[in-house]
Amino acid sequence: MLYDVAIVGGGVIGCAIARALSRFRLRVVLLEKECEVGFGTSKSNSGIIHAGHHAAGGTLKGELEWAGNRMWDALHEELDFGFARNGELMLAMAGDQLPVLEHYRRQGIERGVTGLEIWDRERIHREEPAISADVVAALHAATAGVVNPYEVCFSLIESARRNGVALLVDSPVRGIARDGDGTFALQTPGGAVPARFVVNAAGLYSDEVARMVGAGGFSIHPRKGEEYLLDKRLKGLVRNVIFPCPTPQSKGILVIPTYDGTLMVGPTATFVDDKNDRTTSAKGAEEVFAAVRRLVPGISERDCIAEFAGLRAVADGEDFIIGPTAVRGFVNCAGIQSPGLTSAPAIAERIVAILKDEGLAMEPNPEYEPRLRKRVRFAALPMEEQARLAEEDSRFGRIGCRCEQVSEREILDAIHAGARTLDGIKFRTRAGMGRCQGGFCTWRSMQMLSAELGIPMTAITKRGGASWIVCDREEGDAA
Amino acid sequence: MITPEVRQLAPRYDVVVSGAGPAGMAAAVGARERGAERILLIDREREAGGILWQCIHHGFGLHHFGEELTGPEYAERCLRQVTDGGIDVLTDTYVYDISPDRTLTLMSGSHGMRQVRAGAVVLAMGARERTRGAIRIPGERPAGVLTAGLAQKFVNMMGLLPGRRVVILGSGDIGLIMARRLTLEGVEVLGVFEIMPYANGLNRNIVQCLHDFDIPLSLSTTVVDIRGRERVEGVTVAPVDQALRPDMSRAHDIACDTVLLSIGLIPENELSRRIDLRLDPVTSGPVVNSTMETSIGGVFACGNVVHIHDLVDFVSQESLLAGRAAGDYVTGRRPPADNIRLLPGDNVAYCVPHTLSTDREHVVYMRVRKPMEKCTIRFGDVFSVKVRYVFPAEMVNITMKPKFLENFHGDSLRVDVVQR
Repeated sequence: MLYDVAIVGGGVIGCAIARALSRFRLRVVLLEKECEVGFGTSKSNSGIIHAGHHAAGGTLKGELEWAGNRMWDALHEELDFGFARNGELMLAMAGDQLPVLEHYRRQGIERGVTGLEIWDRERIHREEPAISADVVAALHAATAGVVNPYEVCFSLIESARRNGVALLVDSPVRGIARDGDGTFALQTPGGAVPARFVVNAAGLYSDEVARMVGAGGFSIHPRKGEEYLLDKRLKGLVRNVIFPCPTPQSKGILVIPTYDGTLMVGPTATFVDDKNDRTTSAKGAEEVFAAVRRLVPGISERDCIAEFAGLRAVADGEDFIIGPTAVRGFVNCAGIQSPGLTSAPAIAERIVAILKDEGLAMEPNPEYEPRLRKRVRFAALPMEEQARLAEEDSRFGRIGCRCEQVSEREILDAIHAGARTLDGIKFRTRAGMGRCQGGFCTWRSMQMLSAELGIPMTAITKRGGASWIVCDREEGDAA
Repeated sequence: MITPEVRQLAPRYDVVVSGAGPAGMAAAVGARERGAERILLIDREREAGGILWQCIHHGFGLHHFGEELTGPEYAERCLRQVTDGGIDVLTDTYVYDISPDRTLTLMSGSHGMRQVRAGAVVLAMGARERTRGAIRIPGERPAGVLTAGLAQKFVNMMGLLPGRRVVILGSGDIGLIMARRLTLEGVEVLGVFEIMPYANGLNRNIVQCLHDFDIPLSLSTTVVDIRGRERVEGVTVAPVDQALRPDMSRAHDIACDTVLLSIGLIPENELSRRIDLRLDPVTSGPVVNSTMETSIGGVFACGNVVHIHDLVDFVSQESLLAGRAAGDYVTGRRPPADNIRLLPGDNVAYCVPHTLSTDREHVVYMRVRKPMEKCTIRFGDVFSVKVRYVFPAEMVNITMKPKFLENFHGDSLRVDVVQR
């Protein structure tokens, strides 16, 4: 089938674009190289919806951060991923940082960001008693929030698919050919995918994809960030996302109360050469814990339950690269680093407008349904509601993951919604994300995957490819 | 299923036991012995018995049953006592919440959400294994890094292997047992690496599980890097100095597809925290008196939820005591209050129970901080015992007879382990 638009890359940007295009009567396909969407950079994102005052004026980042910020309430209302506007505090730890706070406050106000307020020490400690006694003042930004970035990807693609978008996973684009009539043919291991327009949302690999059609001229430099997740016991230690005063290179190392209440600390910011280097390091851990202890002294390495690293797709010049190219019909959406997640809904609309300018006719899709059915987050429900559900379906009464209190029914629903791997279940339901890190529930999730998908235990993977979990006694049966 | 299903849940029980592993089973039996009538034993798995079912090796029961048993045999013995005692066993049920007035909220596959009131509660939730995140092993995050207990579940309960070339980090008992188990399954076990200068498991396991199978144990050595994008492809190990800092100049790579972690157990005290029980920062378990009663009256705790044991027999003995005390509590028999506090001193990490009374015999369980040979365990200046050696990995238990304390009039007793 000839598609109107092929989107390369199923991170949050690709998924947002797919969903935005599903409003129109178009044949759209999204090509993802991993076995599920969101399994690259988006999965290890810090999950912050930035307040709107961070990025400098005169940049695409500055323009789209605030535009994107305002779109999240509506998106959340339609798609029901974890999202809360819990606010942000940028802390000045010494008097000479006060002008920095003032700079960001002004930058925000000029852009129209509401709810920016300088707090004195007393106010800070009244609202956030865990913050260091050394704090001098802070800039509070009420518009900041947190989301579960992987859930955003899953919801966006589920909505897009319900509205007609095709999803091809395990489909890395190896090359792009062009016919005489201008049609693109995207080469994947499963065959060529023809499309009239291509949106390059390939994240870390967007420079390589652009070069396939001669629309390059930029490089992506992976900048690694290590993050450390802390035991849920610390839930509520801080309510706002806690920032130090930023430096030109980075927003700094943060304390992030995630949507589900787990505290996360990080990220580091180090350029690496390898686009696959997601290693964590002893040095990174030291750096993170030393930095956050200065802001919130009650945090300790002892509370760490998991660590991971992600790679930001940084383009030369640090700004987003969004726009048409010399190759008609090929649109770049590259260099999307922080505040990329915040900007994602606005970036998607920008791409829709660019495709229109490039000559793509857009008729509204009369069957477009923006809403997804609300999903059950069993652990977060009031007890009466949990009791009612457990009465209705005994699988709600069976707790699959004890640490995060995830019911077996939710794990089944996740599999029916498309989870094919242990990580697919984990990032949809939180099963395996808690303090035992899957020690108790891994085998149970595997049994459910095996039964529902009709595959042997040995075919189950952590996240696709060769990430098998168990093998048979007989040699040679392992993946 | 061995235990019959509970058809009807009563709104009120004399004793409710949370967790039906060896600790919970013994506690329920103990409560019955002392005349508690309605006893409910709860577990979240589909069968009572806890982790014993996957411990198919022998070495259990010598102290408690007077003969050597496998884990499943030990579980069956305990379960028979439970069913003979007419104790209600409610499986497939998760204790969701508990309040200080001893109301428990349960979530059950077969009964939905229910509340029960208990005359006394025994907490016997056991422990979980420490994971990679707890020690922050640097490197990539491939599949194939798992705890030894999960591997044991795969191999012994599901007939599946966790991999073909295995490196074991940590010399805890489960890791040692799995080194032997996997070797018997034809898996290559390349070595056990322990960051401390001494092993963390029982000596008999070092001999029977490693030496007998020529599996090398490297002390003062740790894993400093894990490689593999999708599945584990290898690790780097390095010796550590006295401050446990790795010496990268002497590091070397090992090709493997699996890393088993046997780096310790953590008592599962999430329920205890719901009612703000006083916890001991060293054991991470509740502070208990000589009847295994916690800081809240009528709430008892026993087994690995209090402190990590190395032998299930001692779990059973300690839990029988806790169950009997819970039975006494609901039948109105209160023992005299404890009048001596035990203070861990030189080379003593902790003592359980935390307090004693002078009127009766007690067993004191304790762990040392570092190995020591030819030493004396001193309880103040009232009592001492000579031992040939002590190891952090081997729990010490001392029986304190009332006669030792006859002439003691203080309110605390310092416990030291000192060189002779």
